[in-house]
Amino acid sequence: MKIDVHQVAKLARLELDEDKASLFAAQLGDVLEYMDKLGEVDTSGVEPLYSPSEHPAPMRPDEVRREFDRQDILANAPDTDDQFFIVPKVV
Amino acid sequence: MSRLIHQPVSQLHDSLAAGDVTAEDATRACLERISATEPTLDALLTVDEDGALNAARELDASGYDPDKPLWGVPVVVKDVLCTKGLRTTCGSRFLENFVPPFDATAVAKLRQAGAVILGKANMDEFAMGSSTENSAYKTTANPWDTGRVPGGSSGGSGATVAAGQCFAALGTDTGGSIRLPASFCGTVGVKPTYGRVSRYGMVAFGSSLDQIGPLTRCVEDAARVLAAISGPDERDSTSAPNVQPIDPARCRRDDLKGVRIGLPKQYWGEGADDEVAETCRKAVDAARELGATTVELDLPLTDYAIATYYIVAMAEASSNLARFDGVRYGLRDEQARELTELYLRSRSSGFGDEVQRRILIGTYVLSSGYYDAYYRKAAQVRRLIRDNFRKAFERCDLIAGPTCPTTAFPIGGIQDPLKMYLMDIYTISCNLAGLPGMSLPAGLGSESGLPIGLQLQAPAFAEESMLAAAHALESALGRLPAPELG
Repeated sequence: MKIDVHQVAKLARLELDEDKASLFAAQLGDVLEYMDKLGEVDTSGVEPLYSPSEHPAPMRPDEVRREFDRQDILANAPDTDDQFFIVPKVV
Repeated sequence: MSRLIHQPVSQLHDSLAAGDVTAEDATRACLERISATEPTLDALLTVDEDGALNAARELDASGYDPDKPLWGVPVVVKDVLCTKGLRTTCGSRFLENFVPPFDATAVAKLRQAGAVILGKANMDEFAMGSSTENSAYKTTANPWDTGRVPGGSSGGSGATVAAGQCFAALGTDTGGSIRLPASFCGTVGVKPTYGRVSRYGMVAFGSSLDQIGPLTRCVEDAARVLAAISGPDERDSTSAPNVQPIDPARCRRDDLKGVRIGLPKQYWGEGADDEVAETCRKAVDAARELGATTVELDLPLTDYAIATYYIVAMAEASSNLARFDGVRYGLRDEQARELTELYLRSRSSGFGDEVQRRILIGTYVLSSGYYDAYYRKAAQVRRLIRDNFRKAFERCDLIAGPTCPTTAFPIGGIQDPLKMYLMDIYTISCNLAGLPGMSLPAGLGSESGLPIGLQLQAPAFAEESMLAAAHALESALGRLPAPELG
């Protein structure tokens, strides 16, 4: 199976050099070919199962709660001004 | 003190309750064992010596508390679980300096039960792997043979318990990541029913598959730890409400009279190595001698479980790992000049190869042109797999088979990713169906001399009867000796 691995990498926000791209392309091809065997299973009319949870998701009151201080949240950031996360320019 | 380190939790707990041993004694014994064995094993990523000793001293100062089932018991936690104020790396360079501001619920529950957290166990990066060779930091050795892998992705948790560095450890199991290292390291490992244990504070890999569970030296210890970490949690909407709590007293029995054990032909065919099949067959014979009856089963979709699993797991992983962008925490590439470049460069240098491979496959199977062919199809097969289990459990109470087709393989012995994925062939269906499963040491291989695990699977929320059967079987089979390490 042929995959445009650079296109997939772009969607996944990853950057691959050529060596890695060709290694991954071959490995992903093998894995996807293996996955294609699912085509042998008749699933017509079968409702997909996305989670084994049987219960409905519980709702909590829509109230603002302060669980962490600003400093806790900023403590692991690579760059801040003690108030906000700092990132390189967007435009 | 050297006799202390290989005791089960229950025995240590009796000594702690009687005052023969203090929590500090137990903690120091583990820290000494860690110092002696860690240069060979590499089971731990972080050892919190000061934090553990302080916690132990606080426990000793306030006195033994009979209401705390793990009072003074030193434990290790897989590094995928957030620990307040203690580095949590997930085995990844991306989180090399991440210090969480909160405890995962399972960790908080361990502390409430009186456990002393010694440190964090090595693991495959973001729990992706079956050998703990995918850690960004180091490869953990198997205490039974240090040239071999401990299994993955909770390999550090399996090795640390087997080597006597701690009395119990927490691991996580997405496709077999508790049961496989339990099998390879000769410990008990339990993957609970999906929803039994809160996943809050666990760095998510495959959200609809992941569960946290114990790795311990014996079944009774597993029941005790599982009881402590289970329960509904309002912070995790997938944690099950209104489920009867685990009572360790109901997790034991002496015989297996009236227990029907299902033996799926797909687990007992040609797939497993001879010594694995032989050792597991003997364990089933022992179950029959204890009064169990056996039933031949057919789980016809087992051969499709790996493909189903990896589509679901990688799709969920690609989505979960989208949060690693170099902005709020974790690694940031300093060369980036604008935001998209920051994402690209941080993710490309922060994630290891296996993680990138899985993100790419996950992205592909979720992409608009292939979603129906892969992800939706896998979710449909997933329902059929679950329905097959339901039908099977109308005819039996437990399902038994080998945990893994092989014993621990040599470090570097499997290079092909697809071959590595096939190590999970027996464990993976259970995660897709959300069922509880465990690995119990069945004995040592006649050729390799390495541990072999017997897997037991049960209907949803039937952990107590699964553990009770395992307890009876453990008494009959005998416990493995401690590995001769250091």
